[in-house]
Amino acid sequence: MNFDDTPEEAVFRKEVRAWLDANAPKEYAAELKNSGFGHTALKGVDVGVASKAWQKKKFDAGWACLHWPKEYGGRGATPIERVIWQQEEGIYAALSSLFIIGHGMCGPTMMTYASEEQKRAYLPPLAAGEHIWCQLFSEPAGGSDLAGLRTKAEKDGDDCVINGQKIWTSGAHYSDYGIVITRTDPNVPKHKGLTMFFLDMHTPGIEVRPIKQVNGQSGFNEVYFTDVRVPDSQRLGKVGEGWSVSLTTLMNERLSIGSGMPTGFPDLLDFVATLETPDGPAINDRNVRSRLASWAVKTSGLKYTAFRSISALSRGEMPGPENSIGKLVAGATMQEIATFALDLQGQAGALVNPDQAAAAARFQAMLLRSPATRIEGGTDEILRNIIAERVLGLPADIRVDKDVPFNKIPTSAKA
Amino acid sequence: MNFDFSEDQKQLKDQARRFLENKSSSKAVRRILETPEPFDRELWKGLAEMGFLGTVIPEEYGGLGAGYLELCVIAEELGRSVAAVPFSSTVYLTAEFLLAAGSEAQKQKYLPRIAAGEMIGAFAYAEGVGNASARNVHTSVSGGKLSGVKLPVLDGDVADIAIVAVKAGKGLSLYIVELDAPGIARTVLETIDPTRSQAKIEFTSAAAELLGAEGAGEEIIERVLDRAAVLTAFEQLGGADRALEMARDYALGRMAFGRPIGSFQAIKHILADMYVSATLARSNCYYGAWALSTEAGELPQAAATARVSATQAYQHCSKNNIQVHGGMGFTWEFDCHLYYRRSNLLALTLGSLSQWEDTLIDRLAKRNAA
Repeated sequence: MNFDDTPEEAVFRKEVRAWLDANAPKEYAAELKNSGFGHTALKGVDVGVASKAWQKKKFDAGWACLHWPKEYGGRGATPIERVIWQQEEGIYAALSSLFIIGHGMCGPTMMTYASEEQKRAYLPPLAAGEHIWCQLFSEPAGGSDLAGLRTKAEKDGDDCVINGQKIWTSGAHYSDYGIVITRTDPNVPKHKGLTMFFLDMHTPGIEVRPIKQVNGQSGFNEVYFTDVRVPDSQRLGKVGEGWSVSLTTLMNERLSIGSGMPTGFPDLLDFVATLETPDGPAINDRNVRSRLASWAVKTSGLKYTAFRSISALSRGEMPGPENSIGKLVAGATMQEIATFALDLQGQAGALVNPDQAAAAARFQAMLLRSPATRIEGGTDEILRNIIAERVLGLPADIRVDKDVPFNKIPTSAKA
Repeated sequence: MNFDFSEDQKQLKDQARRFLENKSSSKAVRRILETPEPFDRELWKGLAEMGFLGTVIPEEYGGLGAGYLELCVIAEELGRSVAAVPFSSTVYLTAEFLLAAGSEAQKQKYLPRIAAGEMIGAFAYAEGVGNASARNVHTSVSGGKLSGVKLPVLDGDVADIAIVAVKAGKGLSLYIVELDAPGIARTVLETIDPTRSQAKIEFTSAAAELLGAEGAGEEIIERVLDRAAVLTAFEQLGGADRALEMARDYALGRMAFGRPIGSFQAIKHILADMYVSATLARSNCYYGAWALSTEAGELPQAAATARVSATQAYQHCSKNNIQVHGGMGFTWEFDCHLYYRRSNLLALTLGSLSQWEDTLIDRLAKRNAA
């Protein structure tokens, strides 16, 4: 049992370090390190511009989308090499958030289902950060129940015509392309009538409306489709097989292992060490310490769980199911930590201006962002179902709509 | 990175599991629970024959001279089978005290007998209610004779020797006491987990031999408790995993409202949360095992992390195992209570959870400030 690289891994890590040392945008280092939770801000430069510049630089040197084949803009690297890259890129990875969905989900789906010509045309600019992609899955009537979606696609000559509405689409307002899942047959049970496409987000008939969130920001959008024409050649997978295509997209997340999802614990430990109370530093309070200990072991547990998965990758094996706990633990822990950090601040815990609030308002930002973490990409409840069914082997929930044609399923609107 | 046990260690774990499934069955554990017999002598003999008692004891003292990773996997299996033996007191504590602070003569005298299964050890620290520390130890030594009352002492009723903490100025010293000597009275105590016995030991001018330097007790205790914490965490992990499996199996088989109860989200979510806590504990235990086996500088932090995480996981899983079983889980007949008892006992040995939480934050803060 050790944390050492194999000789090959060590050589690779050295190469990564040397390149990063010579090329990383060190001028942003301090700001990236201190940037507020869930939001990267740089003074004097647009984050989008800085992100695209860094991505292009990586791409030109062969350090973009490492695990993708070279012909599609990647490096043909092994999963463990990708992990080493992520570990070494460190704070600069904050400049990659624009591309996470495109690189992590849309790219792999295109890789599996698009034609060779399409892959060569679309994947390299995606890897280079020249194009930003989004994923148009959730709908007002289909969130956790994704297969309940209602956006229609109807064949018309060589095109399909899409009508309907998507919601919670991250980054749609600045995306160039998207993958969209639609209903092509409402007369069969819900999972069987779906079809996936990719499309240009500038196609006429697409209207993007940002959603103002609890924290005042607008990362998510509503996307309206009105007679949007998409060539049938941009269909991904067969008609009616959209559900299994969407699972490919979601499964790719499994190999995307960082070094444990953040919980905010290191921030809290620093904060309580410096926060003065009439009885001395807050960290000396026994009650504070007890709360801290529980979050410390969760944070540590996530870190070493990721290490176990990385070890499997290093041996050339698929990681086990242990990583499925990541977001479930991290999201709830972060929310608890934020609430507790505000509690320690007394009434001043309500302040949100970084110039006035304690710890530059990072815990207030965390408080207002963390509800989304517990919902996006699978709610806590859906994740518990997944663990129970796929990891522990419990029977699937009994579904009343399973064998019913989609257009006969009761809905909130019709019930 | 290879943050995992080796193939050989995994094989040893399988071997230990097969051995314990056979020798430490629920029937065997219940015999200790329900009769005055204090521990499973048959199993103890078997553990000695397998070489498990001397896993990390060097060969020159009659042990196998294997590593702590080997002992960790054995500990996990002992926990899984709720083995009714004084393994932790003898192997994680007494042998570790001797290895950490014993003179050559003391090691020669005691370690071979421990490895052979001929000697049981206990650590006598607490003196009544509250976590033990230099501030509430009153037992003293005068002219080589030790006097005081220790309670409770895990496995104190069956031990042949005890490592006894005594007052030394503001600090502590450690003494070895052979418990068949004159001036020692032992009373068996009733506890929440009768499968591991505990005793009150009254020492009245008992013969005692200094272990380690005079006044060095606290430092030695801290070092040994960290090591024992990692090993105990593996026992807790084994128990947590088994409790989760029992609950899962019951949820699959038990029908209500015309369907397996495991198809209800209310039950699924309990089981998912049990899986989460057991998984976090496993990863933290591996961290502790790595630190213990490599004598890493961060062992104190890793040990406290493993200890807190595994204590939480075992308590969480054992109580929810009963909850998933419903009324049947509260019957004497079902095994759920064996795990519930053991989880709550192990949460208190070596210092209770709140004390380890405090220790963990102490160590993290110091490391963070450095």
